[in-house]
Amino acid sequence: MMIINILGLLLIGLIVWWFWLYKPREVIVSEGAITVMVEDGTYQPSRIKLAAGEPATIRFMRKDASPCAGTVLFSDFDVSEELPLNQFKSIVLPAMEKGEYAFSCQMQMYRGTLLVE
Amino acid sequence: MNQITPDQQAGHAKCHQDGEQPSANSASQELIIEGASCASCVGKIEAALNNVSGVEKAEVNFAQRTATVLGSVNSGDLIKAVEKAGYNAKVQEDGSEQDSLDEKEQADWAYYKRLMREMTIALTLGIPLMAYSVIVGEMTVTSNTERVVWLVIGLLTLGVMLFSGKHFFVGAWKSFTNHSANMDTLIALGTGTAWLYSMVVVFFPYAVPEMARHVYFEATAMIIGLIDLGLALEIKARGRTSEAIKRLIGLQAKTARVIRDDKEIDILIEQVLLNDKVRVRPGERIPVDGVVLDGHTSVDESMLTGEPMPVEKKQDDEVVGGTINKTGSIVFKATRVGKDTALAQIIGMVKRAQNSKPPIGRLADAISAYFVPVVMIIAVVSALTWLNLGPDPAIAFAIVSATTVLIIACPCALGLATPMSVMVGVGKAAEAGVLIRNGEALQTSSKITAMILDKTGTITLGSPKVTNIHLAHAESEEDVLRLAASLEAGSEHPLAVSIVESATERDLSLDKVEQFSAIAGHGVEGFVGEQQLLFGNEKLMRDKNISVDDYVDVAQKMAEEAKTPMYFAADGKLAAIIAVADPIKNDSISAIKRLQKNGIRVVMLTGDNRATAKAVADKVGISEFFAEVLPEQKAEKVAELQMQNEIVGMTGDGINDAPALALANVGFAIGTGTDVAIESADITLMRGSLHGLADAIAVSKATLRNIKQNLFGAFIYNVAGVPFAAGVLYPFFGLLLSPVIAGAAMAFSSLTVVSNANRLRFFKAQEH
Repeated sequence: MMIINILGLLLIGLIVWWFWLYKPREVIVSEGAITVMVEDGTYQPSRIKLAAGEPATIRFMRKDASPCAGTVLFSDFDVSEELPLNQFKSIVLPAMEKGEYAFSCQMQMYRGTLLVE
Repeated sequence: MNQITPDQQAGHAKCHQDGEQPSANSASQELIIEGASCASCVGKIEAALNNVSGVEKAEVNFAQRTATVLGSVNSGDLIKAVEKAGYNAKVQEDGSEQDSLDEKEQADWAYYKRLMREMTIALTLGIPLMAYSVIVGEMTVTSNTERVVWLVIGLLTLGVMLFSGKHFFVGAWKSFTNHSANMDTLIALGTGTAWLYSMVVVFFPYAVPEMARHVYFEATAMIIGLIDLGLALEIKARGRTSEAIKRLIGLQAKTARVIRDDKEIDILIEQVLLNDKVRVRPGERIPVDGVVLDGHTSVDESMLTGEPMPVEKKQDDEVVGGTINKTGSIVFKATRVGKDTALAQIIGMVKRAQNSKPPIGRLADAISAYFVPVVMIIAVVSALTWLNLGPDPAIAFAIVSATTVLIIACPCALGLATPMSVMVGVGKAAEAGVLIRNGEALQTSSKITAMILDKTGTITLGSPKVTNIHLAHAESEEDVLRLAASLEAGSEHPLAVSIVESATERDLSLDKVEQFSAIAGHGVEGFVGEQQLLFGNEKLMRDKNISVDDYVDVAQKMAEEAKTPMYFAADGKLAAIIAVADPIKNDSISAIKRLQKNGIRVVMLTGDNRATAKAVADKVGISEFFAEVLPEQKAEKVAELQMQNEIVGMTGDGINDAPALALANVGFAIGTGTDVAIESADITLMRGSLHGLADAIAVSKATLRNIKQNLFGAFIYNVAGVPFAAGVLYPFFGLLLSPVIAGAAMAFSSLTVVSNANRLRFFKAQEH
């Protein structure tokens, strides 16, 4: 029983580490544009590094027919746009100050982060 | 009037669909070429395009019959050049709003059908298994024959998981590798755990205690089927939340009859160019915005402004695309086309507002971000607790509780609670002619405690008329009016306009004014010939040492009749007092009463003198007012009320009260149908009636109430459901939730949220 308990606690530790503490590598936007795939419950890539003080274009390609995937919100910039299925949609973001800005679907199930440095 | 650009509306960010081409000043434009039948045409068309001024480079792709043009040039000029060369061309459009709406509906319908198919397969296996477990009893593995039977059923369940639940598993895996977790994670983990445990029982029954040799294939199949069903129904319900925007898009005419080269031709609305002459016959929809050149008619603008009475239109009047021409035939000049029309801007604004979130949703968003991993941890803790402290068979209890916890938790209900209500609420407001800029404006306007109403143009019609001319030292009314009108001719102040209009009505010719100067908030002065003229309020006269003492009573009497008295002096003597009255709008009194009935402190604000202000305030039933307020003091009055801890709404025409509108907690601008998006306003009322204000507040309150119900329901559901699923009631009442019930509850919790939001569709905004 002791082993099972230890395994259980380890599992909890793994959940905390994997979902909260671990930061996946960010993708750096070059030449001001990047394509984000909206598919299977995730934005790919989901962590995007941008240069501060420069506008950036993010092109979304929605492959997921679920209505949850249909809207992308950049709450910090008051931007919300509908993403048509199987079509590119470009969103031009204004020049941003340094910091982390989240983007997500309406239900917060699709989540991504802009790292502006 | 200032029109906000789409860029400004989107917080200085802009979006476009790839391939979308603005009609002018674009770096690159695509044209579709028609009538080019041979390769030699290419050179001709390219030459024609390259000759258009502003074109840097034009290339024709003969195979695709398209032309790509680089440069800063209007697409209309390009089309004309191609037509001149003997071919036809049109702008490659991205597709109309209607097209993208149709596409979206088709995609939703296809997804709905797919989910229903997957649901049918899952329940075809799940329901008989479920019935078996209820009728026959325990689904246990006690013999080798049963092992074989359950193995077959286990494989069938695997088939269901692959066919009907593949999207959950793929989504869960992709999220996992992306270090995130979502609803798919919970469903995949829950159903996967139940299936894996069951397969362990089938393959290695002796590895688990005898009492724990249950299989849970029915739970796996039922949960997948029920959640697919819930998602499918949710898509249907979501479709209904966007009814308002569909209705707005449906207002757009498909074609327009334009007059080009003296010929009337029917063309697609996307091809209408600026300055095109457009003919609209009775019963037809006005295709784009414009100014009437010829004809007389009445137009039903109710679909845009909520104003039920048709509006008369004659030469030089503005017409708005999407409204219906009722009686006469008119020809108008197109002044705004494509994405610049009022209707297109309204649609854009409503869409943006529908997708924006009020602050109340932020807590739910913050919770959603941590929700799934927390539920996973609770599932592990629950399983460990059952294993350590639970009765026999502890392993079975542990599996059931962990599965049920994973399945019952519904982050979607939390996530959907706010956006669904905002979607319906903002749409509902738009139907009543109320344009809400964003979720924050929606939330704040539900909490307004005090409303400041600008008098002129808001409570009154804003088109004052001269009612009395009381002569002092002057000898004729005509002379007074002629000189006063001459002095005021350059001013745009509504009172000045009324003086000039009155002079025009009497056919008086105006004199040339020299050394004109305006004294803000007081009046104007200038010279006609040698004569020095002054026109303004009592303070102006006193400042200039003109005696008015004998006439103060006259002015006072006029003011008490809700008229605005203005003093006119010539050569240092008071010549006359001219009284102007601005009629109160028909329904201002009832609308103000409505606001007061809702517990809102209504305050009037005006530049007029106290007596006139009091008379108007008395007439409309307002007991509190600020009189003699200079334009730049309006914002101070807003701040004054805010200092008294009021949540202040400020209503004005959006022109000279921008600072006050911006400072107010919610700025309301009263528009006139075409002024759809007044920059400084949080909420734009498309019709002139103050009932729009009461409607806006009522819709906001109803929407916020709906959001709260949704959030409360979703919180309670999760806060009560998760511990129940973990088995906290078992020690007291012996109650443990079945994973199948959890699956059903989860599937229908988000559906309930969407359905509750849909109730807002039946909200009646107008309660006159």
